[in-house]
Amino acid sequence: MSEFVAQLINLLASMLLILAFAMISQRRILSLIHLFTAQGATLVAATLVVGYATEQPHLYLSAGITLVVKVILIPLLLHRVINRLNVRWDIETLINIPTTMIVGIALVIFAFDLALPISRLSTSIARGTLGIALACVLLSFLMMITRAKAVPQVIGFLSMENGLFFAATSATYGMPMVVELGIALDVLVGILILGVFMFQIREQFDSLDISHLEKLKED
Amino acid sequence: MATLFYVLGIPLLGSLVLAFTGQRDSAREINVAFSLATFIATCLLTVEIVSGGPQLLWKHEFFIDPLNVFLVTLTSFVGLTTAIFSRPYMRIEQDHGKMTPQRQRLYHSMYQLFTFTMLLALTTNNMGILWVAMEAATLTTVLLVSVYRTAASLEAAWKYFILCGVGIAQALFGTVLLYMAAEKVIGTEAGALLWTHLDAVKTQLDPTIITLAFAFLFIGYGTKVGLVPMHNWLPDAHAEGPTPVSAVLSGLLLNVAVYALLRCKVLTDGALGNQLAGELMMGFGLLSVVVAAFFLSRQKDVKRMFAYSSIEHMGLITFAFGMGGAIANYAGLLHMTVHSLIKSAIFFAVGHATQKAGTQNMTDIRGLIKVSPRLAWGMMLGSLAILGMPPFGVFASEFLILTTAMRDHSWATPFLLLALGVAFAAVFSRVQPMVFGETSLKKTLGHTPALFPVFAHLGLGLMLGLYIPPYLHDWYRQAAAMIGG
Repeated sequence: MSEFVAQLINLLASMLLILAFAMISQRRILSLIHLFTAQGATLVAATLVVGYATEQPHLYLSAGITLVVKVILIPLLLHRVINRLNVRWDIETLINIPTTMIVGIALVIFAFDLALPISRLSTSIARGTLGIALACVLLSFLMMITRAKAVPQVIGFLSMENGLFFAATSATYGMPMVVELGIALDVLVGILILGVFMFQIREQFDSLDISHLEKLKED
Repeated sequence: MATLFYVLGIPLLGSLVLAFTGQRDSAREINVAFSLATFIATCLLTVEIVSGGPQLLWKHEFFIDPLNVFLVTLTSFVGLTTAIFSRPYMRIEQDHGKMTPQRQRLYHSMYQLFTFTMLLALTTNNMGILWVAMEAATLTTVLLVSVYRTAASLEAAWKYFILCGVGIAQALFGTVLLYMAAEKVIGTEAGALLWTHLDAVKTQLDPTIITLAFAFLFIGYGTKVGLVPMHNWLPDAHAEGPTPVSAVLSGLLLNVAVYALLRCKVLTDGALGNQLAGELMMGFGLLSVVVAAFFLSRQKDVKRMFAYSSIEHMGLITFAFGMGGAIANYAGLLHMTVHSLIKSAIFFAVGHATQKAGTQNMTDIRGLIKVSPRLAWGMMLGSLAILGMPPFGVFASEFLILTTAMRDHSWATPFLLLALGVAFAAVFSRVQPMVFGETSLKKTLGHTPALFPVFAHLGLGLMLGLYIPPYLHDWYRQAAAMIGG
């Protein structure tokens, strides 16, 4: 039984990793939001499985929060933003997807290497997954660096939050409830602010291209 | 017990009240009133701690000891004086058409909420809540920086959000790892993220996990401290936001980030039993001091220049705490206090000077002494104080840091002296013509500038250089002993 559950968690973890890679190479903004929603849903499933396997009822609650915030509210907000900004069908030109992927693979190896000594110590059921969580965080970081448009950059930011959340679930069976609530609130407020900013940036620069934001430089 | 409730409750209530009334003209006075009430509450709290010792409150979720109570008082004091300064400043900005009633409402409400998040970060005993409060502080200041809605301020706010958001996400990962290490010793039920509990068992925490945890916490909170190379957000955010915001960013937010770093360092030192945390802090601190000093001379914008000076001083503070030991910790705490007082005084003076000149470009601000002597003297004395001239407090703390460095880490001394010398030349050569040069400025401000906060801060900075009252001395010593190292 526990063997099966452990395998299930590993399966979900690898799905998260694949989704992170898919986000790096995705050009379409709309598909990117779908991928982000799928990542959130996978996270909910993983949290539920860990909660069931370890009989930690508070993980159900935390899965509920994730479901509401990351699968329903934030994607809804993002859809509204891209509709209002009229970038729904935008396609970003990404140069060098293969190179980015190779850098991504290197990051995954680095993350696994970093997490290895800790995974050995972990008593958690999902001990192999800390490396995957760290890899997801680093891949989202890579995505934020390579993107020039505001919406994908924000999605990268959110996906990094997903990776962190997965780390918390897999390594420690979730953070204390009050902390989790605080984090969820911060993320939600943050995304609202970024949403407002996107409209203002567009008003000021006539574009959502972050590469316009380079006036403040050292000369 | 109830005092802490007021300390946290008043600014929170203030942000709610101002969210509804912030657009009125009287909002500026309401803002000052709430800040004053918060300051009185923190003074009462300080008296309680001084007479009754450390307190653990509300199921151990809050913890007040000599280390944080001193920062709590400093935070609310600078919060109050900045609110006083922002009254005429914002009035003038409104006359210039930069502030509208809606913006003013946002500004005042976020100002109080920012104070709340700072005080929450300082008083909480829970490392997770500390993270939540730091992130919330980022969110409120992002809104404050972007309040003018100009292209440059939006750019600065976006950069600030993304860089600090990413940085602080690393700190969350560090917190998760810390929790993981703690849970093995304490278990999940008994509050494994509570700092006091962690502190009690710190020698049993797993060194492998704690090493990695500290690395992430250091990157995360170090980004907020403004350590090189994670400092890019800081000059932009300081230069493009309203000046009262620059003052609280430099005077308060950076201090609280250093505080978060210190709490993590104490745990790491206990768990590892080696100098890893201290060495990391010394290395990055020294790098920040040197890099910032050389960037200082290349600045054209006055607020940007003083923002780099903040990076330099934060580097110096981080370096001092990295060295550890009673004297260096004492010097670090003293430097935190005087830097916070004097840097905010400089920003107050600079704020009115830029309003007079109508620009932040230093070559266009000339001969302030002829148009407004008191303001000019405030700026001159403030700059001399921050550059470490005696008899101001910065001299005392820098002297202590330098002598400790000479004794324990002599390799670092040449770098420190070089950086301090370069910084002196850079800042003084810019401030001197701004204060004394030939002037073409004639513009008078529509409202009397608030000079009281400037000279109150400078006076306190001067006092700390000449005479540290015995109770303050004890207080610093107790706090320095807590940090250990």
